[in-house]
Amino acid sequence: MAVAETTRRQRLSEFWSDFAQSRVAVVALAVILVLLFLAFACEWVAPQDPYDLRNLDWLDAFLPPGTVGSGGYVHVLGTDNVGRDMLSAVLYGLRTSFIIGLSAGALALTAGIAVGLTAAYFGGRLEAVLMRVVDLQLSMPAILMALVLVALLGSGVGQIVLALVVAQYAYFARTTHGAATVERRKDYIEAARSTPLPTYRVLFRHLLPNVMPPLIVVATVQVAAAIALEATLSFLGVGLPLTEPSLGSLISNGFRYIHTDRTWLSLYPGFALMITVVAINLVGDQVRTVLDPRQGL
Amino acid sequence: MSALLQITGVSKRFTRHPNLAERMLHAVGGPDATQTVHALTDVTLEVARGEVLGIVGESGCGKSTLGRIVSGIYMPSAGSITLDGKPVARDRGGAAEKLTTQVQMIHQDPFASLNPRIKVGQTISEGPHHHRVVPRAQVDTMVRDLLGRVGLEPSYAGRLPHQFSGGQRQRIAIARALAMNPDLLVLDEAVASLDVSIQAQVLNLFLELRRELGLTALFISHDLGVVRHVSDRVAIMYLGRVVELAPAERIYNDPQHPYTRALFESIPVLGTGRREFHPIKGEIPSPLNPPPGCAFHPRCPHAGPRCRVEVPALSPAAPGHGVACHLNTGGVELAA
Repeated sequence: MAVAETTRRQRLSEFWSDFAQSRVAVVALAVILVLLFLAFACEWVAPQDPYDLRNLDWLDAFLPPGTVGSGGYVHVLGTDNVGRDMLSAVLYGLRTSFIIGLSAGALALTAGIAVGLTAAYFGGRLEAVLMRVVDLQLSMPAILMALVLVALLGSGVGQIVLALVVAQYAYFARTTHGAATVERRKDYIEAARSTPLPTYRVLFRHLLPNVMPPLIVVATVQVAAAIALEATLSFLGVGLPLTEPSLGSLISNGFRYIHTDRTWLSLYPGFALMITVVAINLVGDQVRTVLDPRQGL
Repeated sequence: MSALLQITGVSKRFTRHPNLAERMLHAVGGPDATQTVHALTDVTLEVARGEVLGIVGESGCGKSTLGRIVSGIYMPSAGSITLDGKPVARDRGGAAEKLTTQVQMIHQDPFASLNPRIKVGQTISEGPHHHRVVPRAQVDTMVRDLLGRVGLEPSYAGRLPHQFSGGQRQRIAIARALAMNPDLLVLDEAVASLDVSIQAQVLNLFLELRRELGLTALFISHDLGVVRHVSDRVAIMYLGRVVELAPAERIYNDPQHPYTRALFESIPVLGTGRREFHPIKGEIPSPLNPPPGCAFHPRCPHAGPRCRVEVPALSPAAPGHGVACHLNTGGVELAA
């Protein structure tokens, strides 16, 4: 057992040292961790609970960044049209964005794996039907798909997540299918089948772990895409209402005042969104570089 | 001599169905794009308990397909495979569902046949654990015993496949197969991808295990020397058919079928002063479109008109020695 422990730890430390070859990726990872911490600790970190209307004071509306408001603390990022502290709103919005992005990513990953593995392993008509549906979806922009679904389902966190999953599972299904089609022809799958081991064991214990590396890469990129997609939906006004702020609805709200000089209303949630998405993508790129077999893992 | 493995009239065809575009072309008068590979045609063989049957042939002759059918990975298109009178696999929605744990296979490439993400101890124990070959509490002990038996350190159980060499991996694959306590081993080119010195080690391990455990095996190889070394009887295959079947010594000393003879003549021999060897002329025909009559006739120096129309059956040339050639059954001329 001790041998196994060291090998796993060795592999992890090897992975980390490969990953750390890129300073940018390490910084991006640190940024993500800080943002995650701030977002999920927002109830303690943020100066104000922007959900609670009792905390809002009309007199505080449109305070520029750095002003002290009626609450007696500095509004680092200013306030919005109803006197909401923008820093708090951005942190709470970031939490909403992360929750939606991560849960949509996880569910889409699960759904995509189910579809892709089934298609690749069982083949035949089932594969043809499943993968044609996936191709059909991939040929349409995800935002179009998500818009139609949100229009049908209505708005709310659950509905948005469902819409994102339906729009995004296809990427996971395509990647899983590609990797699994290659892996399932390998002798170790045949060996497992001819032992014989039951199908679920062959699928989940033998096939799935070997198709995971490319999926991890797609998953990071798709979490970023889900966050951006949710922001787009909210910006277009079909996502989350401002009472439940996500980054997109904050940007959208501020956008109404963009022609005045109150640019901070849109600018700071926009920065938060951009930094989050870029950081996740940078990490995803480096994970891809490390996991790429041509780089030798 | 009771047969443990009974292969009766087994054929295997792989059909590639035309895609939509090809079907449409066919409908307006284009060629039919359905392609059928005749991998195996009417193969009948028996393996007695304790016997090692060697299967020899060029690549593409169907020997690996035969191994996969016997291992329950493919269903035969026709015919049956039984072990101790019970079928090895059944058809479930076009795919084979293996019914027995008593046939285990050892693959050619030990770099592909072990799951790279599973520790070798678990690779070996997974089957016995699932099928309760031994009580679950004893599985770990069994794994350690098996690793020792195939010449590896029992403490290697916690390592991953990439930490082993090719020869060691093949030993692990053998241990995995033996862990199921099988009646029959199918070795598909089990040493072909190893260095010659490692080949000898793995072959000796196989012979040793055979002596100790009384293994029954189907030993598939393109290497005549290796097969002679390990087999009791040898079946020579050509384009999906068995063309000669005889005890190993007999087939090496007195080959009857022109193809078998040609095979032996094509082996370069060291140290006998023979400088030239005779490769078989021509190419092995495509199994997509096998020649009519005897499949070997386009390359056979003795071929006559009968060979072009009539398929020769495997018939006894001597006791225990079957040959599928018209030379042995009344000549190559057409009967009037």
